[in-house]
Amino acid sequence: MNDMSAPVALTKKDFESNQDVRWCPGCGDYAVLAQIQKLLPTLGIPRENFAFISGIGCSSRFPYYMDTYGMHSIHGRAPAIASGLKLARPELSVWVVTGDGDALAIGGNHFIHAMRRNVDLKVILLNNRIYGLTKGQYSPTSEMGKKTKSTPLGSIDRPFSPVALALGAGATFVARSVDTDLPHLASVLARAAAHKGTAFVEILQNCIVFNDGAYANLTDKATRDDARVILEDGKPLVFGKARDRGIRLRGMEPEVVTLGEGGVAESELVVHDEKAAHSGLAFFLSQFDTPDLPVPLGVFRSVRTPSYDELNAQLHADARAKKGDGRLAELLQGGETWTIA
Amino acid sequence: MSEAGYTSEAEVDSREACGSIETAGASSARARAVEALDSVVIRFVGDSGDGMQLTGSEFSKAVAKAGHGFATHPDYPSEIRAPTGTLFGVSGYQIQYGSRQVFTSGDAPDALVAMNPAALKTNLADVKHGGIIIANTGAFADTNLAKAGYTSNPLEDGSLDGYRLFKIDISALTAAALRDSGLSKKEVGRCKNYFALGLMLCLYGRPIEDEIADVYEKFAKKPEFADANVNALRAGFAYADAAEIFAATYQVREAAATPGVYRSITGNHAAALGFVAASESSGVGLFLGSYPITPATDILHELSALKHFDVTTYQAEDEIAGICSTIGAAYGGALGLTTTSGPGMALKTEAMGLAVMLELPLVIVNVQRGGPSTGLPTKIEQSDLLQAIYGRNGECPIPVIAARSPADCFDCAIEAFRIAVKYMTPVILLTDGGIANAAEPWRIPDVASLPKVEVSYRTDPEGFQPYARDENLARPWVRPGTPGMEHRVGGLEKDFLSGNISHDPLNHQRMVEVRAAKVAGTAQDIPPTTVEGPASGDLLVIGWGSTYGTIAQAREKAEADGRSVAHVHLRHLNPLPPDLGELLGRYKTVLVPELNMGQLSKLLRERYLREVVPLNKVQGKPFKVSEIHDRILELS
Repeated sequence: MNDMSAPVALTKKDFESNQDVRWCPGCGDYAVLAQIQKLLPTLGIPRENFAFISGIGCSSRFPYYMDTYGMHSIHGRAPAIASGLKLARPELSVWVVTGDGDALAIGGNHFIHAMRRNVDLKVILLNNRIYGLTKGQYSPTSEMGKKTKSTPLGSIDRPFSPVALALGAGATFVARSVDTDLPHLASVLARAAAHKGTAFVEILQNCIVFNDGAYANLTDKATRDDARVILEDGKPLVFGKARDRGIRLRGMEPEVVTLGEGGVAESELVVHDEKAAHSGLAFFLSQFDTPDLPVPLGVFRSVRTPSYDELNAQLHADARAKKGDGRLAELLQGGETWTIA
Repeated sequence: MSEAGYTSEAEVDSREACGSIETAGASSARARAVEALDSVVIRFVGDSGDGMQLTGSEFSKAVAKAGHGFATHPDYPSEIRAPTGTLFGVSGYQIQYGSRQVFTSGDAPDALVAMNPAALKTNLADVKHGGIIIANTGAFADTNLAKAGYTSNPLEDGSLDGYRLFKIDISALTAAALRDSGLSKKEVGRCKNYFALGLMLCLYGRPIEDEIADVYEKFAKKPEFADANVNALRAGFAYADAAEIFAATYQVREAAATPGVYRSITGNHAAALGFVAASESSGVGLFLGSYPITPATDILHELSALKHFDVTTYQAEDEIAGICSTIGAAYGGALGLTTTSGPGMALKTEAMGLAVMLELPLVIVNVQRGGPSTGLPTKIEQSDLLQAIYGRNGECPIPVIAARSPADCFDCAIEAFRIAVKYMTPVILLTDGGIANAAEPWRIPDVASLPKVEVSYRTDPEGFQPYARDENLARPWVRPGTPGMEHRVGGLEKDFLSGNISHDPLNHQRMVEVRAAKVAGTAQDIPPTTVEGPASGDLLVIGWGSTYGTIAQAREKAEADGRSVAHVHLRHLNPLPPDLGELLGRYKTVLVPELNMGQLSKLLRERYLREVVPLNKVQGKPFKVSEIHDRILELS
């Protein structure tokens, strides 16, 4: 639980550190930084109770630019460090900022186990589908055939879907947004902040130097409405500039249908349910990709189950209720003893 | 089965099951001689499923209660339940106990209890010539003999003529005693170890009443097994008491130990208690992030059961997450602890570098085992010393200490955290598979007498610089949640004061030097080195870690032989004690026994530019006293 006792009137400025931001001009990371700096003052949490933990990579420079507690750690390990911090200090609001290489390649194991355990962490993955800091090798989310410095003949690696991976690992909150759609990004981040348990947000982010335009179809005003579907809880899957298209199920297969006259009725469309008890629908949505289907943005899944830190606190409370507060002298004298006079 | 009627039933059963015994009565036992001994070494060996670890540890408890000093050495295979009857599935437990302080589990067993042919085959070479062998004849059937590679039955072919062989069908006698227990054949088979225990308790003059109470406690939830085990125990005891085959029983003279309340403790258990003591002393919660690995896991087990203390345990997804979660907890202000063994140590290397860079207190326990790679997971070795001191990228100094005995793990656990929080540094504590699982008597300390572990967090934002240092070169420990002191730390080189990223060449040199100076400065707290034996002379034996008992005993023996030999045993290995160089100069020869290829020898040569004589052993077994004693005699 966050400490709400101290009245805080913080602003975005309070969260800007004195360090010069050193991302490339035009990098999508700037937008994410600004949105988080805008969000935090609205949460009613004292500034000193925020901790940002990152690994290695462009996105992992994030903590240096936040005037909060923060740690720029080692490659891939931020979820493990953040889990330890949260367990030691449950009153803190602990955020992990990571990238597609950091979270899904070298840190894949920690990533899935963080999702599985449901420690109360906010995990923000900036997915630019490329290795930026090492100057342009393909990443675990790069598309097949991608030509990079380490794949001059095109990549033969099949990519991960971070959302599908998080869902498969049992995450209780999974969302996706995109760096240039600021209102959408702000709303998704606010939802993540409000979630108790591991909240995972994939942010599709443009690398202007090594993978420019990777998400152009999702960000370009001319194409984006046809390339994406905004998920809204309890609403049918409708998309398109004229909102005249939708997703219908044919057996287990999704299909794009046209709405309105001569088309199908909205009532025939798949209705989003982010609180569904099992993650089948969310996983189904995570498979959508262009050109056949629009890319879903928004909250895929948000269910409340006890977080690991809550369960851990309960274990300790139960142990003390059962055995009383531990006493060292008794512990040392435990087991079988004998006296030599 | 009634508790009162056991003697006669067991006697009858014994006779029926073991036709070779013609007379069996209390009178014969009473007439038997009692041989008094100063110390005795007993080894229990059987299949890994035979319960020999339990038999051995229960026997240890019984002699402990009699006030004897003792030391044990469990030796078990890395397979949980290897195929029965095989040579590689043999599990053993050795105990030495005596009338004086006992330093080691002993070189050569005076008595071997062998539950099957494989156990006999793999252990016979160690048994003292003329020693006792108690063999479970019931397991010496053709198939087991073949599995052990015997072409003829060693119990019958005269090959054991040099020993005092006692052939007892423990399988059949146990089965007979439990005929009415209602247990299955397999379940009855599992009670053999209690028969063996009862037999040995009688032979060595220990009562079984405490053990009976123990069994009922241990099997409180399964009364049918409790009854069966007690009956097996009584049958074994009664058999030894009644059967005429034993000409004498043995009584080890009582020990004159320091007065106090004692308990039996293993190294892993002692370490766990020491970490809790450090937490209680400092008033700071303990956080253990760990991944199960032999032979370190018992520390995780022990601490996991202590959630009514301020102890959090976290079974991480891997070794790396074990230490990284610990770094996170230490950043949050907890006493961070991670426990592992050699291969896990290798995986934690990068994170140890981060902890050095962050200058956060952390304790890393390496319960060493045979290496490299997976190596010998359940066997003893001291081959990770140089890894602990040097095994990281960059100039990355970490204080290293090592425990010398099971009970010493308690003191070393406290010492590790004392250094860690005073100097804001990770500390490596080395123990090994020998002392981790071995038990010895531990005089329970008074809580008020324990060394203090003092923690203070900085909360004053006035003039705060994250990397400004105190007189010990330690930076302040500032917990997230402290208002007005928000700052960032990380693995990139930091500015000397602000801790902000710095690529300045001279700043890097300065930071490398100050990190080294800080760790070197921990030597100021190391007490003057204790020398056992003469303060100068012909020979100094210098050791570290679990070889303490063996060296001490070898030295005493050599001294009794009239040799001038001293012994120094190091707890602090990085940095080394400030007086060590001067001390080495006082002896003509320096002998360095180690269970590795000479790692401390290398350090001493490098540090003090003097020649030393290494004595190295890497067989997954501790030194024998005789091995060190022989070398002492050659050199002194």
